[in-house]
Amino acid sequence: MNTFAELLDRLAYEPGRNNKLRLIADYLRTTPDPERGFALAALTGALSFQHAKAGVIRALIAERTDPVLFELSYDYVGDLSETVALMWPADPAKRPNAVPSLSEVIETLATLGKAQLPAQLARWLDALDETGRWALLKLVTGGLRIGVSARLAKTAAASLGNKEPNDIEILWPGLAPPYTELFAWLEGRAEKPISLDSAPFRPAMLAHAIEDSDFASLDPAAFTAEWKWDGIRIQAVTGTADDGQAVTRLYSRTGEDITKAFPDLADALRLPGAIDGELLIVRDRRVQSFNVLQQRLNRKAVTGKLLADFPAHLRAYDLLVDGTEDLRALPFAERRKRLQAFIEKLNSERVDLSPLVPFDTWEALAAARADPATAGAGTDADAIEGIMLKRRDALYLPGRPKGLWWKWKRDPLVVDAVLMYAQRGHGKRSSYYSDYTFGVWTTGESGDELVPVGKAYFGFTDEELHRIDRFIRNNTIERFGPVREVTHEPDRGLVFEVAFEGLQRSTRHKSGLAMRFPRISRLRWDKPPREADRLETLQIILEKIEAGRSGTSPAVAEN
Amino acid sequence: MNSKAVGLKAMRPEDLLTPTPSGVCCRTGGFHIDPTRPVDKAVITHGHSDHARPGHGAVLATEETLDLMRLRYGDNFAGSTQVAKPGEPLTMGDVTVTFHPAGHVLGSAQIAVEHGGLRIVASGDYKDAPDPTCAPFELVPCDVFITEATFGLPVFRHGDASGEIARLLHSVAVFPERAHLVGAYSLGKAQRVIALIRQAGYDRPIYLHGALETITRYYQQRGIDLGVLKPARGADKAELAGAIALCPPSSLQDLWTRRFPDPVPCFASGWMRVRARARQRGVELPLVISDHADWDGLTATITATGASEIWVTHGQEDALVHWSRLRGLKARPLAIVGYGDEDENDGTAAGAGGAS
Ligand SMILES: [Zn+2]
Ligand SMILES: [Zn+2]
Repeated sequence: MNTFAELLDRLAYEPGRNNKLRLIADYLRTTPDPERGFALAALTGALSFQHAKAGVIRALIAERTDPVLFELSYDYVGDLSETVALMWPADPAKRPNAVPSLSEVIETLATLGKAQLPAQLARWLDALDETGRWALLKLVTGGLRIGVSARLAKTAAASLGNKEPNDIEILWPGLAPPYTELFAWLEGRAEKPISLDSAPFRPAMLAHAIEDSDFASLDPAAFTAEWKWDGIRIQAVTGTADDGQAVTRLYSRTGEDITKAFPDLADALRLPGAIDGELLIVRDRRVQSFNVLQQRLNRKAVTGKLLADFPAHLRAYDLLVDGTEDLRALPFAERRKRLQAFIEKLNSERVDLSPLVPFDTWEALAAARADPATAGAGTDADAIEGIMLKRRDALYLPGRPKGLWWKWKRDPLVVDAVLMYAQRGHGKRSSYYSDYTFGVWTTGESGDELVPVGKAYFGFTDEELHRIDRFIRNNTIERFGPVREVTHEPDRGLVFEVAFEGLQRSTRHKSGLAMRFPRISRLRWDKPPREADRLETLQIILEKIEAGRSGTSPAVAEN
Repeated sequence: MNSKAVGLKAMRPEDLLTPTPSGVCCRTGGFHIDPTRPVDKAVITHGHSDHARPGHGAVLATEETLDLMRLRYGDNFAGSTQVAKPGEPLTMGDVTVTFHPAGHVLGSAQIAVEHGGLRIVASGDYKDAPDPTCAPFELVPCDVFITEATFGLPVFRHGDASGEIARLLHSVAVFPERAHLVGAYSLGKAQRVIALIRQAGYDRPIYLHGALETITRYYQQRGIDLGVLKPARGADKAELAGAIALCPPSSLQDLWTRRFPDPVPCFASGWMRVRARARQRGVELPLVISDHADWDGLTATITATGASEIWVTHGQEDALVHWSRLRGLKARPLAIVGYGDEDENDGTAAGAGGAS
């Protein structure tokens, strides 16, 4: 436990993604099984046990310390787990001779009754040092916040065997802690584990943002077009378990299992297969805007009322697996036919086909994009953010292969930017951090860094403001008077979709440009900061505006 | 000196040593201890800037403290000086003054003041943990103990400094192409950290920020072996890959760090025990190494002195006063202004400073 604690401690302070990777890889390389496997489980959020409530921790410390000294200490430190970890009276006479391993802690917690928890915790706390106690308390209270995504931890594990993170991602749903067969494979001591999961994730195919200059070299006849829906890209997989039961899982674009949040949709997917599509909220047959979907995403508890008020829907655009047949090596046009048949057979109100947008020329498609409502989208037009172009002969390839899938976003000028600094608002908002400075990526002296490009004060609801405010308070890394610097790392931070009216050159800003009337058009809690836009994207927009072509829809790249 | 003999005493403790906002004053002996404003005669516990200030008429201190004040303030830092030898009583007016090692930094001393069977010990800053760069803390039984309380909260437990050095060296092994910059107070902490790194078997050159050079050289002149040290100035980036370099804490964030390849900012301080403090300073590898007693050290020392009355000078007075009272001791905070603000004046310009 102490070496794992040491790793967590170090990760909590290390801002660099690559350095975090190396710290985790170093730990995994030098720590034996099964300890490292449980550590990987803790880092990827793969552990499940009843978390201890803060009240349990308070009661334990109250039995052992003077209340005045505790309050003075808590006041100074500001974090309950940390205060208790530091002031826990480690009586050498009571200290057990063995420090508990992480494996022992996790295996014990999995079966421990609620009534036995306090005494067991106390025994462990007696045996650990300050950092060990801190890590233990963070683990048992479910408060491990060290800025490491599951993806990062898997990437570190993959590096042990020079494998790609996607290799692990594909195996992952079939693996369980402590992952000894995974490490054996990574270290070249055993064959690749067979994925036993009946509903595994398959790495997603992503699109490039199209530029006006790209069209000249593209043949309209080689492509089909669909609306680009403004929801969440998901992969819905149904398989058959060993016992014959159907298993359905919903995955985010990066392979995160989000099934629990959408039981209404999962229940509707009864046919074995894997659909790639957009998760949307549909009320009275009408697709709701992303803001409505956001309201469902904001709620933690999935209640009956939530399911009734925000019915989840899947708009399908690709089929990766039909029954048990893998379709990914077929051309898109073939897959589309199979998808159509699959959706008909599924025959569910919750799942439908994303319609094609007919066109012969790019001009015709540009017209449809400019006015989706009259081009066939009707009342769903509000939920459309552009056009997707897919080559008819494109195989389904993971990652972002060049030239096969393109996205062509609609006008208002928008970029995805990362929150960097926050300042208290005025008047009614003076108790909230409501003024935000955001930045986009650029190449700096030591790799990619964020450069501020603007400030926004509005564009969000009060409810969203509360949530952003909470995020800021929990992720402050530095204070300068009324301003807080907020965590903005590739894997940790908050992405805003920022809409703006124009761009101007500016020598006052480090970025060299200034946004006109920026506003937050959407909160992207789902998006890791590394996928926010780059400064080059803004520079391209700026050049187009200066060339007098601002009306011709600058294509805004998502990284 | 036993408190049972109180009836025989001609003097109350406050008459022997009177607390004032600028330090404790001994009227009978005609001196102040660690005064924060210029006085005729100052008795000084150690060389940190919040305790040892220039401009006094006469200064009584250990040889090392006087040398360090001279290095920092120049030859005319006081009207006259007198060397105090640890363990040798001196008579000043009607009182006897004796210096005893405090284990804080080189030359640091506690000061015992006695008169008519009453003994008060002013600790200055102290630690009861081993330190290869200074004489160990000596326990002095007394009636009244004036203790510091820099780390006077039960959350401060400093642990074993060699374990922190092991963490530093592990990080150097994991990141052999990055430089590790250790922020350390220029008087005491920097030299102790170097000595601990050497004890751990690391024998490559260690690089120093210019502000640490003078005092470090003085430590070496006093016979403390610190191995091969090089100035960071003039070293090229390639040479600094994988190196350990020490600098004043305030330099961790400044332009000076640009000469290092992908530096890992480390900070050796007792404050690093609390995460918010470490994060506030942008530290990536906090090293809990302190030259002050931790909570366990403070409370054990208070008990061991046998003192029945505790005066608490600087730091977290409230908690230590509360703890003392819970144990039936008479206790009071002394509101002396100007001690322990080492964060603000870590003396990068002048070379010496307060410590924690
Ligand atoms: Zn000091
Ligand atoms: Zn001090």
